[in-house]
Amino acid sequence: MTLLLAVSVGILFATGAFMLMRRSHVKLVIGLALLGHAANLLIYAASRPVRGRPPLVDLGEQRPATPYSDPLPAALVLTAIVIGFGIVSYTIVLIKRAYDDVGTDDLAAFTSTDR
Amino acid sequence: MLPTIPILLPMLTAALCVAMWGRARIQAALSVATTVAVAGCAVALVRTVRSEGVQVVEVGGWAAPFGITLVADLFAALMVMLTSIVGLAVSVYSIGATDARRAANGHTPLTLCLLAAVSGAFLSGDLFNLYVWFELMLLSSFVLLTLGGERAQIEGAIKYVTLNLLSSVLFLAAIGLIYATTGTLNMAHLALRLDELEDPALTTVLGAPLLVAFGIKAAVFPVFFWLPASYHTPPPAVSALFAGLLTKVGVYSIVRSATLLFDQEWALVADAVLLVAGLTMVSGVLAAVAQNDMRRILSFHIISQIGYMLMGLGIALKILSAGDGADEALRRGAFIAMTGSVFYIVHHIVVKTNLFLISGVVLGVRGTSELKNLGGLLRTHPGLAGLFLVSALSLAGIPVLSGFWAKLALVRGGLEAGTHAIVGVSLAVSLLTLLSMTKIWSEAFWRDPPPSPPGETAGAARPGKVKLTMVVPIVILATLSVMIGLGSAPVFSLAQETAAQLLDSSTYVEAVLPGSTEGVAAPEGAP
Repeated sequence: MTLLLAVSVGILFATGAFMLMRRSHVKLVIGLALLGHAANLLIYAASRPVRGRPPLVDLGEQRPATPYSDPLPAALVLTAIVIGFGIVSYTIVLIKRAYDDVGTDDLAAFTSTDR
Repeated sequence: MLPTIPILLPMLTAALCVAMWGRARIQAALSVATTVAVAGCAVALVRTVRSEGVQVVEVGGWAAPFGITLVADLFAALMVMLTSIVGLAVSVYSIGATDARRAANGHTPLTLCLLAAVSGAFLSGDLFNLYVWFELMLLSSFVLLTLGGERAQIEGAIKYVTLNLLSSVLFLAAIGLIYATTGTLNMAHLALRLDELEDPALTTVLGAPLLVAFGIKAAVFPVFFWLPASYHTPPPAVSALFAGLLTKVGVYSIVRSATLLFDQEWALVADAVLLVAGLTMVSGVLAAVAQNDMRRILSFHIISQIGYMLMGLGIALKILSAGDGADEALRRGAFIAMTGSVFYIVHHIVVKTNLFLISGVVLGVRGTSELKNLGGLLRTHPGLAGLFLVSALSLAGIPVLSGFWAKLALVRGGLEAGTHAIVGVSLAVSLLTLLSMTKIWSEAFWRDPPPSPPGETAGAARPGKVKLTMVVPIVILATLSVMIGLGSAPVFSLAQETAAQLLDSSTYVEAVLPGSTEGVAAPEGAP
């Protein structure tokens, strides 16, 4: 489980970074979304989730029996997913507007602010 | 309850503004009233923190380290006060400067959201909460940047959005790793837990992505490209808001995490911070000298000045990293340099916002900020020229103006701490700053206006109308900058108290987690 998560995080970071380096805007957005997923999954994987061990406290106990899955990272990831969703939606509208204005999605054509 | 007001009030007003969608005048009035109230509260907050110590609010009543904590120490309170001053200036300025279409499409509520998020980032005592405020701030700034829908704004926004999202991803990944290692995200709790970690290399690894993420937000040397690509594209009121506040949130986070979380561990990177500070200063100012547009010159100067803010921090880290080996003179140097950094941030926020507001008036009067099309402003608008001169000379660090005292403290701290290279670089960069300010002065204000191109009867000679609501904030900010310069002693002692609190993180930790620092190693640093 942990190995699978770790490998997935690695693949997501690598493909995200690769997509960022392409010249197309669409790929840029896909890259940003993938990187966001990679970070979310990283938080989850780093919290060492345990299969089938919810953090429930048995009657009469003070704390859940170890090992248990920490629920806090899941809450953090949930927040981050919502924020990421909003930002990716904004970025998609942004590249649509950029395509309408410039007529291409080639990053190399976007130089007017750098001159 | 005082620390919650700078966050809650602008948010509530923003919601109210959304209910009044399209009614720009009511929105503007609400926004000015709110920013006045927030400024009052922020001043009260600074006074309270100064007299009664660090203020802590546990939101929802959950005790730290479990709940969300808002912490107002002197540095945070000072930053909130500066935010509120910039917010007030910009919301008054916006009344006259914002065109009707933009004002009807949510300029005011977005500005208020941005102010709330910036204050939230300064007051947050929790790393994940800081991330949420960062994102709220970014989203508001994305929309403010592209609200006009012009091609340059969209192009600038793509660069701005991409690099800032990359920084957010790094920040989020760092948060995940830090939580996995320490089991907490409360900053005061983290300060204790990180000190307990056995492996110094591990803490450095945890800190590195955090430093890079904040570095992107602060626009330091290798990762500043988003700033000059985007800051000159939105209307001046928005540029001024961004220039005054956004990069400073990055600087604040670097200072906070360096002094509180990774105080000993980042000693390893003290030299790197100094190197980055030097390169940021030099590359920013050299790029500024090469520009020919007033607003672009000012944008590159922001980068250059971020270097000065980091310089003080770098010197302080370098001395503190020596631990007990550092003698009293060195420690005093570190303290003075940190004071210089804090003073510099205060001075920079006031002056930089003002310069962008002035460039907005120039843009409104002449319709351009390209230096080659400007000229003769001294004759047509002598008052404006005077206001520009005060701010520009202050930025360059001419004696008795605010920038002089900030640079004096940094240079003195650097010399006492024996970091001569960075002192030399900072003095050279000061000269270049003066050079490019003189360039704006001579081309835009001093020389004769260029001949109007044929076919354009209105041309450059037509004296444009300057609205009162645009001038008043500029005059107030310029006065403030002169006051910081002439009456620098009270500001300086405030900066000293702030620096002492920053260098001795036990005050912060003790305020959030009472009784936790007893028995822990003696606080290091502060004289």
